[in-house]
Amino acid sequence: MSASSIETPLIGGPQPLASGNEDSSLNGVRVGVVTFPGTLDDRDAARAVRFAGGSAVQLWHGDHDLQGVDAVIIPGGFSYGDYLRAGAISRFAPLMEQITAAASGGADALPVLGICNGFQVLTEAHLLPGSMIKNDSLHFICRDQRLRVENAGTFWTSEYAQGEELVIPLKNQDGQFVADNRTLDELEGEGRVVFRYVDGNPNGSRRDIAGISNAAGNVVGLMPHPEHAVEAGFGPDSSARGAVDVRGGTDGLGIFTSVLKKLVG
Amino acid sequence: MPRIVVDVMPKPEILDPQGKAIAGALPRIGLTGFAGVRQGKRFELTVDGDVTDEVLEQARHAAVTLLSNPVIEDVTRVEVLEEDAQ
Repeated sequence: MSASSIETPLIGGPQPLASGNEDSSLNGVRVGVVTFPGTLDDRDAARAVRFAGGSAVQLWHGDHDLQGVDAVIIPGGFSYGDYLRAGAISRFAPLMEQITAAASGGADALPVLGICNGFQVLTEAHLLPGSMIKNDSLHFICRDQRLRVENAGTFWTSEYAQGEELVIPLKNQDGQFVADNRTLDELEGEGRVVFRYVDGNPNGSRRDIAGISNAAGNVVGLMPHPEHAVEAGFGPDSSARGAVDVRGGTDGLGIFTSVLKKLVG
Repeated sequence: MPRIVVDVMPKPEILDPQGKAIAGALPRIGLTGFAGVRQGKRFELTVDGDVTDEVLEQARHAAVTLLSNPVIEDVTRVEVLEEDAQ
């Protein structure tokens, strides 16, 4: 069985989805979702892409072929068991070489999103600056987290308004973003802080940073999980947009519609 | 077979939450003489054959590319283990 034939059955039944994005032009956008040994959220990420109206393509870390995808998501989990450092071994996977080269390609560089462990992989691969160390509390944190969109100009945030807030799940142990002050000043000065924690810093991250981008804005990494907040009934119990039903939060969907619409437009 | 040892420590300016937790546990077993703890990593690379300059250079390369992350860690030692050399 080839890796690309792995199915991601939808909990609510077969496509078409009942309440996702109905713009059929987005359907042609192919977003690759990478699976490493120990990846956990690949199916959720693939599902979020489909829910936003795009097509998800499964990518296996050991392959050398990006299968012509239009964008890539490196999902959360514990790739290689977090051995050595989170993301350290994944960085040298054959597929990562392809991703690193394609993501650094100037004007038409490949859009890449790293979520949680995916963010850690992107820092280890030097596609994003800084690194993640253990939460300052030393506890594994799992909760719904409020964020503010600090840069709505990236490939992955264009569907949000500048300064818009969202509530999505945060779940990790090595979530404390660190970088030296010069790097932090550079990130702030160039508008590359994409998401900031609101209502308290959960893990000691420098300057409340929850997510950042590269200089071109095509590579974005964040610690919280937008893919777990895309479908009413399976999301957080709250939303930054007002009261929602139990598990009714869908604030993360805009991340996925952003990249689809950017690529179509 | 000879071994090359590589020590990696968190950078001094990086908070070491694990070291801090260990420091907090020491008084619980009655040890109060320590002001702080920093936790690092030790790697032992077993060499197939003699430790040539080239092998040592490879170990140094491994130390800064894979075994440590220069953003948060320093390589504090890359050395042939004396006990193996004898």
